[in-house]
Amino acid sequence: MRKTGVISGISGPVVTVKPRQPVYMFEVTRVGSSGLLGEVIRIQKGSVYVQVYEDTSGLAYGDEVVFEDDLLSVELGPGLLGGVFDGIGRPLRTLGEEGIFLPRGANLPTIGSETVYPYLPALSPGDEVNPGDVMGRVRENANFTASVMFPPGEAPGRVAWRADEGEYSPREAVIRLEDGREFSMVQRWRVRIPRPVSTRLPLEVPLLTGQRILDTLFPIPLGGAAVLPGGFGTGKTVTQQSLAKWCSADVIIYVGCGERGNEMTEVLEEFPELVDPGTGGPLMNRTVLVANTSNMPVAAREASIYLGMTLGEFYRDMGYNVAIMADSTSRWAEALREIGGRLEEMPGEEGYPAYLGSRLAQYYERAGRSRSLGSPGRIGSITVVNAVSPAGGDFSEPVTQASLRMSGAFWALDKGLAQQRHFPAINWRQSYTLYDEMLTPWFREALGEEWFSLKAFMKEVLEKEQSLLDLVQLVGRDGLSEGDKWTLFLAELYRVLFLQQNAFSATDASFPLPRQRDLLLVLKELNDLAEAFLARGGFFEQISEFPLRAELLRLRESEEEDLAGRGAEWCTNLSEKLASLEVMAG
Amino acid sequence: MGLSPDRITVWLERDVLRIPVGDSLVGRIFDGKGEALDGLPSNFAPLSLPVNGAPINPIRRSSPDIYVETGISALDMMNTLVRGQKLPIFSGAGLPANELAVQIVEGANIPGSADPFLVVFAAMGITRREAQYFMEAFRKSGALSTGVFFLNLASDSVVERLLTPRLALTAAEYFAFNRGYNVLVVMTDMLAYCDALREVSAAREEVPGRRGYPGYMYSDLAELYERAGCVAGLPGSVTQIPIITMPDDDMTHPVVDLSGYITEGQITLDRSIQEKGIYPPIDVLPCLSRLMNKGIGKGKTFPQHRAMADQLYACYARAREVERMRLIVGDDGLTSLERTYLTFGGMFEKNFLAQGKEGRTLAASEKIAWKCLSVLPASELFKLPESYVAENMGREGGRS
Ligand SMILES: Nc1ncnc2c1ncn2[C@@H]1O[C@H](COP(=O)(O)OP(=O)(O)OP(=O)(O)O)[C@@H](O)[C@H]1O
Ligand SMILES: [Mg+2]
Repeated sequence: MRKTGVISGISGPVVTVKPRQPVYMFEVTRVGSSGLLGEVIRIQKGSVYVQVYEDTSGLAYGDEVVFEDDLLSVELGPGLLGGVFDGIGRPLRTLGEEGIFLPRGANLPTIGSETVYPYLPALSPGDEVNPGDVMGRVRENANFTASVMFPPGEAPGRVAWRADEGEYSPREAVIRLEDGREFSMVQRWRVRIPRPVSTRLPLEVPLLTGQRILDTLFPIPLGGAAVLPGGFGTGKTVTQQSLAKWCSADVIIYVGCGERGNEMTEVLEEFPELVDPGTGGPLMNRTVLVANTSNMPVAAREASIYLGMTLGEFYRDMGYNVAIMADSTSRWAEALREIGGRLEEMPGEEGYPAYLGSRLAQYYERAGRSRSLGSPGRIGSITVVNAVSPAGGDFSEPVTQASLRMSGAFWALDKGLAQQRHFPAINWRQSYTLYDEMLTPWFREALGEEWFSLKAFMKEVLEKEQSLLDLVQLVGRDGLSEGDKWTLFLAELYRVLFLQQNAFSATDASFPLPRQRDLLLVLKELNDLAEAFLARGGFFEQISEFPLRAELLRLRESEEEDLAGRGAEWCTNLSEKLASLEVMAG
Repeated sequence: MGLSPDRITVWLERDVLRIPVGDSLVGRIFDGKGEALDGLPSNFAPLSLPVNGAPINPIRRSSPDIYVETGISALDMMNTLVRGQKLPIFSGAGLPANELAVQIVEGANIPGSADPFLVVFAAMGITRREAQYFMEAFRKSGALSTGVFFLNLASDSVVERLLTPRLALTAAEYFAFNRGYNVLVVMTDMLAYCDALREVSAAREEVPGRRGYPGYMYSDLAELYERAGCVAGLPGSVTQIPIITMPDDDMTHPVVDLSGYITEGQITLDRSIQEKGIYPPIDVLPCLSRLMNKGIGKGKTFPQHRAMADQLYACYARAREVERMRLIVGDDGLTSLERTYLTFGGMFEKNFLAQGKEGRTLAASEKIAWKCLSVLPASELFKLPESYVAENMGREGGRS
């Protein structure tokens, strides 16, 4: 039976409907003559409130509404990677063929039917099939092979027929069960409901980012969650894009949630040109872009992060490590607030609905590392890196605070650093990671015990710098001891050479972990040399007259592999020069 | 001034409001609802477009990447404007944002292209005196006969104030994307626009957000600012220079803050720099042009452009820090290098920033930048390629 109703009120993206039959929460609706997609978000006293995923202008009192007896869902299957979708999964590339501007009421499937994909079956007639089982493999693009999985939630069955190896369109049946059910490479999933896994697993492997400050000081594991809060222009988007480009995940879901159109364009222009270090193919081949920009409908912005998460879970279930970047959680929360306001709900802190925290928790809960359902056994993960845009740059506001509670790493962007053009403007004193301990075995294995002392030494120098700077405020730099002058100088070297990293420099944008260690090693050796020199009665001025900064920068930028060897050479050289100074003085 | 029920009706109808667009708009002055203010016949054109516009499909955009020379050193060298960018001026009461905007409009040109920008001007809630200043300046520069002007003054309807930028941007999009013009839209004052939004929202008894502004202000502002840009395969572009007055010089004020979150950088005017007698009183530290990198460098401006901007930033930030410290420890507490930085800071402000109304080529700005930088020892200029430093300071460097 078709369930219908009529519009009895309109307030921005929220439409009030008098239903003729019973409806349920989050039921999908089609509103008005152009069939705008919407979702029931409140049921009250015979009225139903529907949030509409498109601009509602032009809708009128009395217009017809159809209830579709389903929850908001997305199609999952080949063709997602490399694609660009709006917050409810409509393909923007296909929509773009119709004009510059986004049309209203477009009703397009997420996955097109034009392309055929090479498919290889994994089951044979007579095999039993259970939820999550891999039925076959599909070559989604030149660099990526996806699994075609038996949809979770379906009853098990036995294979009667399966397609042979060959090329198939996504919606063609590739398997038929004895009970007559047929399945293609495409399945649907309800975006607000987490896809099930077999077991959750501990987090133990880091997501390597190629960003020195993150990998060294504030690492996160595959399956972890980090928040990246910062005022405007502090580098949230640049950092997320750097991670999307260089991090060690297999699949990237990049969600532009209420941000700029040009930033989406940038990803679309750059990613196909950049090489994925993992596969050698274009980065776009491992990336899905969800683009619901700030000027696109606000309800679809609310949905976009769930869409992104569901896409991520789909690839996780195949056994891949997925990283989701959402820019920005604050715009999502504002969508929630805007819609809450239209419902005239009792506002909580700063006007956000009282359920802000629980909704965020549900989202972050979907991150993690897990064993997938079905066979063969697969382990995958979802790592979440969410930007937060606090009003006035003030981190005490509700969205930052709620996100902070949910995540294990806090990468605080600092306006002052950004203004000094210290990028990435991640404040090393304010930021933290709770994952250090669980990642220790991995780092010890990969880099040895020395790694931890090198890290500790850098932290110590940066700490000392802070207290020395306080002292300088009182006595001036000239009043410091030679050792303290050196410490200040060294701290600056750490900041300029190690903490700062230019996302736009071809040689510096990504810096592999072993090189990070080598660079720390050079700096530590430099310190030992300088301290010894000072201890023998040398002066700080004498050291600072060497062009240390420029030479070290050159060392860092050099494309040669052997940073450790060249660093050691450079140190030997310097130590000879220092020794000759002493001879002259002596 | 209250809202009468019939005015609210006007607002509800805005969604279907359209503006006729065509060549006949050129050289015309309209009010905030699109009616002629210049005594000429009303605006008729065969094509009419809904003033709300529609979002540009991100897939159809192309990244703005063409350098626009404004003649202002702090912009061209350090915060380059790029064709299709939205770059607001953050100002304070009494600071010369209008003068700067006019100077940008007059100076703006795309090197190598003979066609001037088509100016679209949206005045929202500014005083008659300010409006006259702009119109007089546009008359002098000739923009008056080639641009399109929408004026909603402080004494005009608040509801129409919400329409004004929408009319202007619809006209701008028409000239850019239907006709291939490079359009430069000046919108002033966004604070007055947002105050109108707040007033209308209060009248509709909506739940107020920060400082009484409605919760949807971010989305509303984005609907305006996101109408800037370039479209792949089309010649035209919409560049926006919105002016935003910061109440109390407060950059965290919601209107300023949200604008900063949407636009692609900002040019910030500063009272203490103004007090030093510097025009334009731009504080470069909080300034930013996010699209700069795409518009500069080899083949576009000059190869060391980014490095030069970074170096100037690094040195000037250091100079300001030393200046702060000097207030505490006095001259005697400073090292000789620190004192050199003070000299640099002074020269940078007096020579590089303070340029008056005179326009400069980028090459002239570069020369002045070098004049300032060469007071520092070459070893401090580590952001610049050594060969470039040597070329401009000699092997010895400035000091030693
Ligand atoms: N790692 C980096 N290297 C070089 N420049 C950087 C880096 N990070 C940030 N920047 C500079 O900072 C500018 C602003 O960064 P970004 O656009 O990421 O800010 P944001 O925090 O996303 O701001 P908003 O909240 O307004 O979107 C960039 O345009 C770039 O010039
Ligand atoms: Mg951003």
